[in-house]
Amino acid sequence: MARQTQARKNGAAKTAPRNDILLDAYRDMLMIRRFEERAGQLYGMGLIGGFCHLYIGQEAIAVGMQQAARPGDQIITAYRDHGHMLAAGIDPKVVMAELTGRSAGISRGKGGSMHMFSVEKGFFGGHGIVGAQVSLGTGLGFSNKYNDNGNVSFTYCGDGAINQGQVYESFNMAELWKLPVVYVIENNQYAMGTSVERSSSEVELYKRGLSFNIPGEQVDGMDVVAVREAAIKAVEHARTKGPIILEMKTYRYRGHSMSDPAKYRSRDEVDEVRTKRDPIDHLKALLEKEGMADEASLKEIDTEVKRIVAEAAEFARTAPEPDPAELYTDVYLEA
Amino acid sequence: MAELTYRDAVARGIAQEMARDEDVVFLGEDIAKAGGVFKATVGLLEQFGPLRVRDTPISEQAILGAAMGAAMTGLKPIAEIMFADFLAVCYDYVANEIPKARYMTNGQVKCPLVIRFGGGGGLRFGAQHSQCVENWCMQFPGLKVVSPSSPVDVVGLMAAAVRDPDPVMFMEHKGLYATKGEVPDGEIVDTLGTAKILRQGTDCTIIALGMMVHRALAAAERLAAEFGISAEVVDVRSLVPIDTQTILGSVAKTGRVFTVEENPRVLGWGAEIVSIIADEAFYDLDGPPIRITSPHIPLPAADLLEDMVIPSVDRVVETIRRALTS
Repeated sequence: MARQTQARKNGAAKTAPRNDILLDAYRDMLMIRRFEERAGQLYGMGLIGGFCHLYIGQEAIAVGMQQAARPGDQIITAYRDHGHMLAAGIDPKVVMAELTGRSAGISRGKGGSMHMFSVEKGFFGGHGIVGAQVSLGTGLGFSNKYNDNGNVSFTYCGDGAINQGQVYESFNMAELWKLPVVYVIENNQYAMGTSVERSSSEVELYKRGLSFNIPGEQVDGMDVVAVREAAIKAVEHARTKGPIILEMKTYRYRGHSMSDPAKYRSRDEVDEVRTKRDPIDHLKALLEKEGMADEASLKEIDTEVKRIVAEAAEFARTAPEPDPAELYTDVYLEA
Repeated sequence: MAELTYRDAVARGIAQEMARDEDVVFLGEDIAKAGGVFKATVGLLEQFGPLRVRDTPISEQAILGAAMGAAMTGLKPIAEIMFADFLAVCYDYVANEIPKARYMTNGQVKCPLVIRFGGGGGLRFGAQHSQCVENWCMQFPGLKVVSPSSPVDVVGLMAAAVRDPDPVMFMEHKGLYATKGEVPDGEIVDTLGTAKILRQGTDCTIIALGMMVHRALAAAERLAAEFGISAEVVDVRSLVPIDTQTILGSVAKTGRVFTVEENPRVLGWGAEIVSIIADEAFYDLDGPPIRITSPHIPLPAADLLEDMVIPSVDRVVETIRRALTS
């Protein structure tokens, strides 16, 4: 986030007071929600072109996982990457400006929605090819193991990618070499427009590593507390023993991309999740129930988040277009 | 100075770089304990240990994925894809991932890795283990592509490839592994993007790569001895970047160009070179550039048939003689 939260700044997420952790999570999840809503609006206004895959509904996963990360750990995911970037602490302005294709974008407009990186924050993309990032994330783990640096690769994929072949090549390699990788399967129930039941012979996706001796666990991906607790255990396992799989049961509220009207599921199904399982509402209720925050303090967070997102949108709308001279840079290292 | 085989030069080149830089790791199928399916990596496991020289599962996508992930985080992997043909199994990494990382990230992510593979025919392996796949690699901005024809070039270009800040596709020719050549002692570091004129001539330029370099040289000897034709032979060595200066300089001198390509005709590397010559040196030409290639068919296995497909010394001599004397 634009404002690094206290727990994260100290690299002490595990030991920070519980209410700090949960308030951080609330702020971070809300930031992703509001950012994505605004990105959807900008797309509708024609300010964002191409593909735009929104993370709305899945916020608890990126945020809960990030709370178990420490500096030096890496994150890699596929094309639904905006939420992961914000959770990793990347400035919303440069993410939004990449979406609008401006020179101030994190890839100066040469990456776009699906291909954004921040080496500084340990975020290694942002990959457009379904499943490819799983092998790359395994390679990040290889590097960590080789350098014996204690870092862990957080390698995300969806319930669609889990049916791609390279995923299993990499599972095998990771367990064979005991690489420090946490594989996070974000099971949002739909691989583009095809449900898990219609695309997978085994729908319990956490079992997909069992034949490689990779343990797996199913987690309520709509509950940031559950995600965080599972993440802390999984990261410990990865650092000390080797790869592990977390299957996050979640749901995406929007279509696969902005151009998907999502006719493969009913309005009622979406509304049911929105009203009963929403990860932000869930955490808000918990904060209020446990007396960790009142209406006024939550309102304050809402206001701050809205301001940051509005600033990011304004920045992304008004930042200059890319310089055409940039077309030919960074193909190879400039001599 | 020692006489080395092309296959021993591979191990020497890799060892030279691994000894110099601990960030260089080497992974592939059967490369360590077995010493490589072509015995080109014998001794590396013993010299550098199993952490740096790693046998992998037969999983080409995982190999290149691991290599790229490692390269993005500061290592300099050399990944072997045993047969060039198998690049198709992991083509996503060659086409979509590795070459585009630097560009898509505004230069934040670097992929300093080498993918080496044995290509080429003449060994009766048939259509799926014999291809020359330079053009599978050349078409992606972000990749560099080299193919050495001699042991000394293997060592020097390997060093240059490993030290290069960008990904390099390193094609060895399987038909050359047993060939020998003089290799100086001590460190050898060549330069990517440089062609070599291996034989001076005045009547025509023969541009060749890999095993075809040897056939071009043999053809040039016969053209001189039997027909009095003086052929200059250029070993392209590096397709991306390409040494247009050397190529165009030779064309300006001789006025006639022949490419000798092992690949099937359509979109072979020679087509790209001929197109450059057409753009840049049209008025230096005394006749049409002629491409001597394999026909556009899969490579057959039987010796009689395979020998009909790949350009032979006879075919090179005959094509050039006819073009220059008619």
